Amino acid sequence: MSANAKLQAPIGERIWQRLSPAQRLSRFAFYLLAVAAIVWSLRRIEIIPEFLYDAPQQTWDLFQRMWPMDWAYYPMGVHGALMETFHIATLGTLLALILGLPVALLAAKNITKFKTLNWIAQFILVSSRSVNSLIWALLFVAIFGPGAIAGVLAIGFRSIGFVGKLLAEAIEEARPGPIEALTSTGASPASVLGKGYWPQVEPSFWSVALFRWDINIRESAILGLVGGGGIGVALDSALNNLYWDQVGLILFIIFAIVIVTEFFTSYVRGKII
Amino acid sequence: MNAATAVMERQAFLPNWPKRAAFAALGLYILYALSTLEFTWARFMRGLEQGSKFLDRLWPPNFAPDKLMLMSEGLLESVQIALLATSVGILLSIPISLISARNLVPGWLSWIGRSIIALARSFHPMIVTILFVKAVGFGALAGILALIVSSIGFIAKLLAEAIEEMNMKQVEAVRATGASWVNVLVMGVVPQVMARFVGFSAYQLDSNLRNSTIVGIVGGGGIGATLFTAYQRFDYDFAMTILLAIIAIIMVSEVFSGWLREMFQ
Repeated sequence: MSANAKLQAPIGERIWQRLSPAQRLSRFAFYLLAVAAIVWSLRRIEIIPEFLYDAPQQTWDLFQRMWPMDWAYYPMGVHGALMETFHIATLGTLLALILGLPVALLAAKNITKFKTLNWIAQFILVSSRSVNSLIWALLFVAIFGPGAIAGVLAIGFRSIGFVGKLLAEAIEEARPGPIEALTSTGASPASVLGKGYWPQVEPSFWSVALFRWDINIRESAILGLVGGGGIGVALDSALNNLYWDQVGLILFIIFAIVIVTEFFTSYVRGKII
Repeated sequence: MNAATAVMERQAFLPNWPKRAAFAALGLYILYALSTLEFTWARFMRGLEQGSKFLDRLWPPNFAPDKLMLMSEGLLESVQIALLATSVGILLSIPISLISARNLVPGWLSWIGRSIIALARSFHPMIVTILFVKAVGFGALAGILALIVSSIGFIAKLLAEAIEEMNMKQVEAVRATGASWVNVLVMGVVPQVMARFVGFSAYQLDSNLRNSTIVGIVGGGGIGATLFTAYQRFDYDFAMTILLAIIAIIMVSEVFSGWLREMFQ
């Protein structure tokens, strides 16, 4: 009732507030929770201060050992692994598109009208995203043994969640007009999908594919740390042997590849969208 | 000539030859890439056999009390790493994004900010963790520092873009009242980018939580080390327990960050 009284008060006495009391309370609760969580983490986390004293020397030592880079190692150990990284990223993205598209169709509420199926599809997408690609790689290395196949499957399964989620959103955003027009001509469900939805979803399909490929190049560069093939294998063995000049070279190559990929994807995106 | 144009006009969807050529090239490349994998049917069948054995050992998960203790220690450390890395990352991202926004600061300063962001984005968190493990030793600190770097790369980049896209009229209006630079920031910039900023930060918290479960594989602290050891000892039922716990935590965090985004809309 007091709110009503406030509204009816003359203009000069009204109090204008951006947030309702409930909103203010929930924001306050969030700030309190955030501060409590940070304080808790700070008090519980184990940091060994002795390690910190020589951090500057260690960093300096690291860079000194990395320079000059061991270029002679490139043709022997890096080039093949680099190409394998490319293949893993591309094939993994392809696998994710093949497996992710049906899941996206199941997850889109305007195509699949059964709530239970929507839920199952959402669950598949979320589980795929929650497991990091390195952990997927651990799983597939245990099944198929170390190598590029485990890497491709890891990249593919990790990307299903990403690709499926974005595609499902794109499908749900498709305008219903063309779909209704097609349905009213008596078109089969396959034609409605192919001629009604696909032309509307196609640009976002390619942009999602390109975006994920860009991310997958970065991810497949480290899968080798757990046996998933690619340039990460070379990195892992260089690290284990403490050949820091090779580590420096591999890091430089990864850096260069990431830059080149970024230019390439932004060029292609400009062309197709 | 005339007949040819007439035919062209009648055709509704002209074949797009460059596009077809690009797809053909892509298809050839994929065939080539597949051939380099040495993927044979025999190997696949052997893998399936191996996979069913693996699944047998994965299930049921191991819920022995001593294992649960070990797991909860690692998981709590992962959560702590994610929380600290996100909060420090947010604090550092704000000034970096401000000096990178070309509509707020002179060009040379924004160039410095942009270089910091590009540097932070260029390497995967795992690689940054390896470098920090060398610099500050094994443990949670290396993981925290690595995830701070990746948080800066993401939040500062998107926040700088959000600031560049905002409406300058409101900023000018505040400036016209004679407000100081800080006042312009608080009254003209913050209200326009706050909702998106909360969105990026919540997303980064999720992403840091995911990454904090793997930095342990290379010595950065958290559950990753426990998981990797469980794998190397073929202790698969315990690995399954850890995997389930990780999935549960990530799902809770996704719900939480969705709720957070709604609250600050």
